[in-house]
Amino acid sequence: MSELTTDETPVVRMVNITKHFPGVLANDQVDLALHRGEVLALLGENGAGKSTLMNMLVGLYQADSGEIFVKGELVDINSPQDSMALGIGMIHQEFMLVGNMSVAENIVLGMKGLPFVPPMAEIREKITELSKRYGLQVYPDKIIQDLSVGEQQRVEILKLLYRGADILILDEPTAVLTPGEARDLNEILKKMLAEGKSAIFITHKMDEVMEFSHTVQVLRRGKSVSVCPTKTIERVQDLANMMVGRDILFSLERGSYNPGATKIEVKDLLALPVGGGKPVLDNISFTVREGEIFGVAGVAGNGQQQLSEALTGLLKVNGGTISLNGKDMTNKTPLQVIKAGVSHIPADRGRMGVVGDMSVGDNLSMKKYRTSELSAHNIIKRGLVRKFADRLIDLFTIKTPNQDTSVKFLSGGNIQKTILAREIDSCGGILVAVYPSRGLDVGATEAVRQNIIKQRDKGCAVVLVSEELEELLMVADKIAVMFEGRIMDIVDAKDAKTEELGMLMAGVERRDI
Amino acid sequence: MNMLDFITKLLAATLAMGTSLAYATVGEVYTQKTGILNLGMEGIMLMGALAGFSTAFNTGNLYLALMMAMLVGGFFSLIHAFLCITMRANQVPAGLAITMFGTGLANFLGERLGPASNGYNLTGMNIPDKFSNIAIPFLSDIPIIGALFDVSLLTYALYILIPFAWFFMYKTKHGMVVRAVGENPRTAASMGISVTRIRYVYTVIGGMLAGLGGACLSLSFTPSWNEGMTSGKGWIVIALVIFSTWNPGRVVIGTLVFGGITSLQFSLQAAGLKMVIPSQFLGFSPYLITLVALAAMTIINQKKRGSFASPSALGTSFAIDDK
Ligand SMILES: Nc1ncnc2c1ncn2[C@@H]1O[C@H](COP(=O)(O)OP(=O)(O)O)[C@@H](O)[C@H]1O
Ligand SMILES: [Mg+2]
Repeated sequence: MSELTTDETPVVRMVNITKHFPGVLANDQVDLALHRGEVLALLGENGAGKSTLMNMLVGLYQADSGEIFVKGELVDINSPQDSMALGIGMIHQEFMLVGNMSVAENIVLGMKGLPFVPPMAEIREKITELSKRYGLQVYPDKIIQDLSVGEQQRVEILKLLYRGADILILDEPTAVLTPGEARDLNEILKKMLAEGKSAIFITHKMDEVMEFSHTVQVLRRGKSVSVCPTKTIERVQDLANMMVGRDILFSLERGSYNPGATKIEVKDLLALPVGGGKPVLDNISFTVREGEIFGVAGVAGNGQQQLSEALTGLLKVNGGTISLNGKDMTNKTPLQVIKAGVSHIPADRGRMGVVGDMSVGDNLSMKKYRTSELSAHNIIKRGLVRKFADRLIDLFTIKTPNQDTSVKFLSGGNIQKTILAREIDSCGGILVAVYPSRGLDVGATEAVRQNIIKQRDKGCAVVLVSEELEELLMVADKIAVMFEGRIMDIVDAKDAKTEELGMLMAGVERRDI
Repeated sequence: MNMLDFITKLLAATLAMGTSLAYATVGEVYTQKTGILNLGMEGIMLMGALAGFSTAFNTGNLYLALMMAMLVGGFFSLIHAFLCITMRANQVPAGLAITMFGTGLANFLGERLGPASNGYNLTGMNIPDKFSNIAIPFLSDIPIIGALFDVSLLTYALYILIPFAWFFMYKTKHGMVVRAVGENPRTAASMGISVTRIRYVYTVIGGMLAGLGGACLSLSFTPSWNEGMTSGKGWIVIALVIFSTWNPGRVVIGTLVFGGITSLQFSLQAAGLKMVIPSQFLGFSPYLITLVALAAMTIINQKKRGSFASPSALGTSFAIDDK
């Protein structure tokens, strides 16, 4: 990596950028500076606001307030045309390619100054020349949807090169690639950077941060929390700590740890993404016993979501077995899984946890209406439902005007309590909770955690997926760390150390710690 | 009457019948290629037929009549564009509303734009001039294909329009943008293309061509004004778009097949042959063919990775900050 001199004016300076989405403050007075020839690693958990900030720099989104300077001049970037004219190019987190068009068409799409009938022969030649120069093998006439993920990523890079961008924004470019493809991509990026281009590099992989970047900037919940030269970073786990941040510690009541019989047994689970590529679940094996909370840690997007979906029947796996309550439940339907005694607190509570337009009462009875407790001969007994719902509203202190209120009008914490009440009430021995306290305020967070521990004390087997290490250390009995679809290690929560977990989350192998 | 004659006549009738369909279908193909489904075709075509006829009736100028038809068609599709693109309304009910509104308004105005002597009714009136067939010497005498060279100016124009529409879609930078916007609007936006502008432009162009298609009926094919004279052609257009797999070049095939079936009935009668096929069957056969074509295309798409597939974003609205 080359040395950097930073005395000149930055090529990009973002000042005091603020951006709201309905109900979310995605960027909160963020400052950012990028110098010529510099690689700035932009870090932060999922949802921290990294992509939003970059989308404003390329003109896809407009900031609510704040200023952007490019090469020293105040600029108004209203569309990607403007940013391209300034030499800024971005590889987006999701592919920006038109699937049924050719590689060449995708590369020149929307380009300014293209003649009425684009000279495809010339374009093809230029693409071939660029791909030779950077070692990016692509066939200009191939159709995008026939390409592998790695090839598609190469097309994305060629789009930047073809337009002559010298300020590159790379939003998790290696996230979808296999390790081999990622290595190739990184070699190409090095070549591009050697030509004096500057780059903002978003990644979750710490080895890439250490290898490429001159400077590290960390965003947390929309705020910039730290900027420092990469060489001053001594330990990788410091970065993980900065990203995750610290949380208030509660003292939660919990019984002693006396695990009983095995309730969940997962063996050699394998799941491949739909379009092919590296496995999203790679050889996962673990067991969870009665009266045990099995925590799953990891930076979001490393397979935790898929693991919880496989356990609840929402994701078909390509290999391995899942046994729940002693029965083989591999690739069964969600209803079969529910009947086997599994309760689920989904990550996306608004879309998968409740039906927003239905009442609190109906949402609470949604899992029980077909049982004799609430209906007879396929007819729901409204009276029983009312009593049932009122009891749960009381028990879980759900704040709602009454049980006829639509769930969507409740606060996030009370929506989560509604889900929790329904799932815990109907729980048949297994609870799968995914990010149960995400986005909740202090009080609701505590209630959710306490309820989960209560289930464990009653003898439930609990799988708790969380992005907060503090939460796992506080609530779980065992902690598995996931990275790129694999379980890096499983440790006892009582002797786990944050630093150690942070390294595992960043993909550092156990033997290297 | 010999067989050659019969086929030549059938082809001539097919071309006359198909002209109106071809204009509207090319228009709707472009609209749908940008992701906007305009089910208002039937209403827009009828409005075009009325606007064209009443202009020709009052001014005697056929070219002014065509322009009026396109203007009215463009205006109606602009309403659709506003509802679907700016207001982000559901495109299906919006299009149906355009059809109902257009049909109703055309029939309403048809009884009011005529001369006082006819109780202000346009029905039963004649226009001073119409687009009649122009035979090209020698070429038009060739059996069968001679029919291609004895058509109206409106049909001759299609010989240029359809190849151009194909060329424009697949060989020009604008066509590239059209295809990208209907397939993956987010990507198009990331390349600096204004999805909103492109969708407006081609929805309006599509409506102008539909208006023109309607005017073909009242200025050349019939030529007259009758209430509801499009008699479902706007719906056949929707079927034809699917049948031509959103490829403006293939509109030719669909138009010939559908125009042919409809003309067959008339030609059989003209030839003095007994009706072998009930007219009701011919009436619904375009839709039957569409059903078969849809099923066949689904099978082909599964085998050939969606080469005949509809634009991926068809019928959806878009804003860059949608999650
Ligand atoms: N288009 C959008 N509409 C509404 N909310 C959004 C949109 N894009 C991002 N957000 C929200 O803004 C926050 C930041 O998101 P994002 O910038 O994608 O984070 P990151 O890239 O760091 O993972 C998140 O809470 C996300 O849910
Ligand atoms: Mg992101």
